Amino acid sequence: MERFAALLDALVLTPSRNAKLELLADYLRETPDPDRGWALAALTDGLDFPAVKASLIRSLMAERIDPVLWTLSRDYVGDTAETASLLWPESAGDRMPAPSVAEVIDMLHATTRSTAPTILTDLMDRLDVKGRYALLKLATGAMRIGISARLAKVAFAQAFGVSVEDVEEYWHGQVPPYLPLFDWAANGAAPPRTDLLPLFRPFMLAHPLEAESLNLAEFAAEWKWDGIRVQIVHVAGETRVYSRSGDDISGAFPEVTAALDRPCVLDGELLVRGAHQGGETGGAASFNALQQRLGRKTVSKAMLSDYPAFVRLYDLLIEDGEDLREWAWEQRRARLETLVPKLDQNRFDISQVIEAKDFDELAEIRARARDEAIEGVMLKRRDSPYVTGRRTGLWYKWKRDPLLIDCVLMYAQRGSGKRSSFYSDYTFGCWNGDPDAGAELLPVGKAYFGFTDEELKFLDRHVRQHTVAKFGPVRETDKSLVFEVAFDSVHASKRHKSGVAMRFPRISRIRTDKPAHEADRLDTLKGLIAD
Amino acid sequence: MGIHVAPANVWIDPARPVETALVTHGHADHARGGHARTVATPETLAIMQLRYGVEAQNEVRAAPVGYGETLELAGGVRATFIPAGHVLGSAQILLEHAGERVIVTGDYKRRADPTCPPFEVTPCDVFITEATFGLPVFRHPPIAGEMAKLLAARENDQGRCVLVGAYALGKAQRVIAELRAAGYRETIWLHGAMERMCRLYEDHGIDLGDLKAVAGVPKAALANSIVVCPPSALNDRWSRRLPDPITAMASGWMRVRQRARQRNVELPLIISDHADWDELTQTIAQVNPAETWITHGREEALLRWCELTQRKARALALVGYEDEDD
Repeated sequence: MERFAALLDALVLTPSRNAKLELLADYLRETPDPDRGWALAALTDGLDFPAVKASLIRSLMAERIDPVLWTLSRDYVGDTAETASLLWPESAGDRMPAPSVAEVIDMLHATTRSTAPTILTDLMDRLDVKGRYALLKLATGAMRIGISARLAKVAFAQAFGVSVEDVEEYWHGQVPPYLPLFDWAANGAAPPRTDLLPLFRPFMLAHPLEAESLNLAEFAAEWKWDGIRVQIVHVAGETRVYSRSGDDISGAFPEVTAALDRPCVLDGELLVRGAHQGGETGGAASFNALQQRLGRKTVSKAMLSDYPAFVRLYDLLIEDGEDLREWAWEQRRARLETLVPKLDQNRFDISQVIEAKDFDELAEIRARARDEAIEGVMLKRRDSPYVTGRRTGLWYKWKRDPLLIDCVLMYAQRGSGKRSSFYSDYTFGCWNGDPDAGAELLPVGKAYFGFTDEELKFLDRHVRQHTVAKFGPVRETDKSLVFEVAFDSVHASKRHKSGVAMRFPRISRIRTDKPAHEADRLDTLKGLIAD
Repeated sequence: MGIHVAPANVWIDPARPVETALVTHGHADHARGGHARTVATPETLAIMQLRYGVEAQNEVRAAPVGYGETLELAGGVRATFIPAGHVLGSAQILLEHAGERVIVTGDYKRRADPTCPPFEVTPCDVFITEATFGLPVFRHPPIAGEMAKLLAARENDQGRCVLVGAYALGKAQRVIAELRAAGYRETIWLHGAMERMCRLYEDHGIDLGDLKAVAGVPKAALANSIVVCPPSALNDRWSRRLPDPITAMASGWMRVRQRARQRNVELPLIISDHADWDELTQTIAQVNPAETWITHGREEALLRWCELTQRKARALALVGYEDEDD
């Protein structure tokens, strides 16, 4: 447990992704089974002990400290587990030896509501302050220390010198403490079997198109729909919907999950029914509508009928146990076209191939797409296999040109990682009327990329020399610098004072030539709302 | 703005210039320049002179009072300066008037500190105590363990340096002295803002070993070294001249993870020059005053403790002494 506690602490305090990876990889390599597997599960939210909840911690503490002192402490620290770890009375005399992670897991697994207080107390008494923190975080399943499943997989691959794609592929069917996975990666055993489980297969991704033109005899074009990319897997009677990161989102989209009953692995865009993208024939609502459905554990009936979801299919990876990923796109597409009519028409359709005689005609069609609120065009090599990640030369995304608006820099915040100490996160605003008639700037967005290192140095210097107030890590500037901000779309938002929220804003140009009062007004931005 | 001692018309640690100021110690929030007359220990006066420069010194009529010395003030008030164990020169001030004894602690701690004499428990009727770390979550661990963490970080990461953020007055010198006590003999590198205060400590007989300024030293020469800077320089452009520094901070606040995280500290060192919760409560119990007045910090929890232990106590709403960097 000490090693795990030290790992947790180091992960909390290490801002850089690479350093986190290294810490995790070292731990996974150096820690024996089954501790490392349990630790991995704990870090990626793979553990749940129903008998141990935050309320149990509070009641244990109520027996040990005055309630007023507890509340004052908890409010200050801001985290129940950490507060309890700090306030837990150190046991007099020698502690019992600290338990291993596996011992802790075994004991916690065996708890019931009635035995939980005694078992947790016993464990707490055997640990020091860091160990107690790790124990409570592990037991309540609320790590929240910024380790994504993806990061854990990359660290796992790094630890044992195996490919991340393989780790992604084999990981999904495994349960903690992942012994077959470690056996494969660390000891060279045969990899775990994956064909009988509804597993996630890593996505194939596209590069932005930079070439002036492509030969449409080699490349097929499809619309780029503005939803979320999903993979739907059906094996042995079970269906799962996975997001791009490989997270299982089946629970949030039960109607889609229930609709697939054929053994296959499909790649497509999850959308909500509507007439926003591509009009009536496009059949899809805006991303904003889909957002109502995202991030939910359970879905109400109203949600299901107000925002019905469906999947627009792009690709077919596996059908009836036959792995098609090595096949050419054209062949997979033919299989997909044969399959789609056999699927539930309410929940699945196919992403149409755009018919264009040459690239110029395609460019024309794409130019019209903004009116239809479509994100852009995908170009896929007709002979491309389905390969994980971004492989050069196979798939391209040709997004429509961004929207532009001139905004005024209002606030700047220091960045993290290699940008720490630079003011690199910028909040910018538009005028809520005529600036010469006393209008004010209202923040409309925040961006932290789009500029070169040289421009970053310029911006950092500008912020330091034009600061009018400081709020912790944030500086307010004198609002004298204009940015041309590029963004993909803008939506009405009740959450923002300005009433708008931009998608993917980035700094497109620094307009030192433009005086602040000539920056755009909020009305101009609102005119671009496409909800 | 400080504590007014009415019968003598003097102020303790006033925030604005006054006729006569009694100053507990040299930290900027307690010791300000510009008073017509400043009464403090010789060490505190030397620190103030260093901080407020020669011009200020001319205005200041400095009245040094050694530890244990008693000063007769107007209105029959007697003031005695007693070691507080906080930083070099820090004192509690015992005020006696009409048979009543009041102690103003200023800032204090109870741990051993090689750079200043220890806090002396002195009986009194009214004990006016600070409460910077007045929450039961604050328990400062023994300093030896923190030093071991610092030395291990330097040892484990070859090619990098450890950059320790520490208050320029007191904390920095204590950390350096403790490193020496732990057997660390290498040059310790200093941010420019630290140099003069370290010299002042050395002039007062505190051996800090070999110290050198970072300015102008090539990056490579600083690999595997320990560099000490003020907390404000930790994430500043200044630190870019160092070889991939491991950011450490010596502060009592480091006991709480989020506080370390907010300051981008990778290596939190829980080292404080203030009393922690156990020291605060232990001190009140030992002094055992008829009344405890609690000044700056988290007074609510300490008030609650007094209530639970049936001690008469009240909070004085003194502003301006918050010690974010300790």
